Amino acid sequence: MDERAPGDAHLAACLASDLDGSFESLVLAHQDRLYTIAHRIGGDRLDAEELVQDTFVRAYRAMAGYPPARVRDLRLRGWLTTILVNAGRNRSRVRRVPTVELAFEPGAEPAADPLTRRDERETWARLLAGLTPAQRTAVVLRHVDGLSYAEIAEAVGRPEGTVKAHVHRGLAALRSALVAAEGRERHEREEITA
Amino acid sequence: MTTYPDAMGDPSATEAAALAGLREVAPPHLAHATLVAVGLADDYAVIETPIGPLRVAWNGRGVSAVESAVDDAAFEDRFHARTGRQAERRDALPADLAHKVERRLAGDRHNRIDLDLRGASDFERAVWMKALEIPRGEVRPYGWIAREIGRPKAVRAVGTALGHNPVPLIVPCHRVVRSDGMIGQYSLGGPENKRTILSAEGLDPDELEGLARAGIRFIGSDTTRIYCMPTCHDARRVTERHKQEFRSAGAAAAAGYRPCRHCRPLAAAIA
Repeated sequence: MDERAPGDAHLAACLASDLDGSFESLVLAHQDRLYTIAHRIGGDRLDAEELVQDTFVRAYRAMAGYPPARVRDLRLRGWLTTILVNAGRNRSRVRRVPTVELAFEPGAEPAADPLTRRDERETWARLLAGLTPAQRTAVVLRHVDGLSYAEIAEAVGRPEGTVKAHVHRGLAALRSALVAAEGRERHEREEITA
Repeated sequence: MTTYPDAMGDPSATEAAALAGLREVAPPHLAHATLVAVGLADDYAVIETPIGPLRVAWNGRGVSAVESAVDDAAFEDRFHARTGRQAERRDALPADLAHKVERRLAGDRHNRIDLDLRGASDFERAVWMKALEIPRGEVRPYGWIAREIGRPKAVRAVGTALGHNPVPLIVPCHRVVRSDGMIGQYSLGGPENKRTILSAEGLDPDELEGLARAGIRFIGSDTTRIYCMPTCHDARRVTERHKQEFRSAGAAAAAGYRPCRHCRPLAAAIA
């Protein structure tokens, strides 16, 4: 059975028969998820844009050199993610960028009230940024993007068991960080009322 | 060894919703920028030149067009008709490309500008690459190019290929003139523009055509006993006192002159 994401098998077949004619469809189909991953794993928005573009360029060049049968069999979702994760790792290695710090958006101040719905997204983004890079990558790929453990294992080049551990520990860390944030918030509110 | 069943990595419904809520939409320009990077779409901007504003298009493979369209819409239509790709207007060329184009137009042949010449035939590429070898301030006849690329009989085809040059000025097809020495046609807005550009490059088109009308094809020096194309850098250093004019390569050879190794006038003579 073909375990590929819906649309990917058809897209891969199109790319195999007409790379130039179908490449835009590939970009449109995957740019949002790749951008999300790049931004959430560690980079400001500009870094994320560059990384996504770099990923597509690498994918294009790779496919241009593959025989059509190989392109047709690509599991695009996982394959593109692998390229992005590797390219991102190389970039941060070359540039020695502290990924944790960069995960905060420039100018983004800590939310005044982390519990309101409006700030919930920012709170989670900030909590996520506090995880170790391995945990953050695993949680983002599993629960923000929705990849399978097998796909994540391939993308990050680690055994499935390790990836599961990273997701598990990452979620546990997010929970306790959230509880701590809520506690701080409650404490501050009580002080104000007192 | 601790094993982690899948379920242990599962977030609660609230957590799952919060994490899924972190999904984003890529910035609107990302798709186009990506297509430009791989050469499936192009950007373009306007540059100022001695013959007025020109539109220059580029993508990740190189410069893909130089045109003197009247407006953006006309340029985009023509570009799409020729390449099948969409071009989007930008405020300016990327800084490094702008710098390179500026230096190239100023006569520096040694800064490399990548060109996107997809769709061109091998013959066209050979003609354009040969034109690139002609220095600023010099001209060569169509026949010279034909001979130099090993297709001495394809003089007319050389003219056609130069007319199809998608990146005029960067590939200096304006430096190729008629085999009788007259300035000839130009794809970028006609012969007047060709004269303007050649003048801006330090040539006197009237003087050149004056020589052509007088039947003077080559200039020699009676000290070196070498003969050149009239615009060759070496010919222009010959002082009036030592200058010899020849109507044909045969006449120069008969007078005991050998062809210049820089401008290789024999190629023009035989063609």
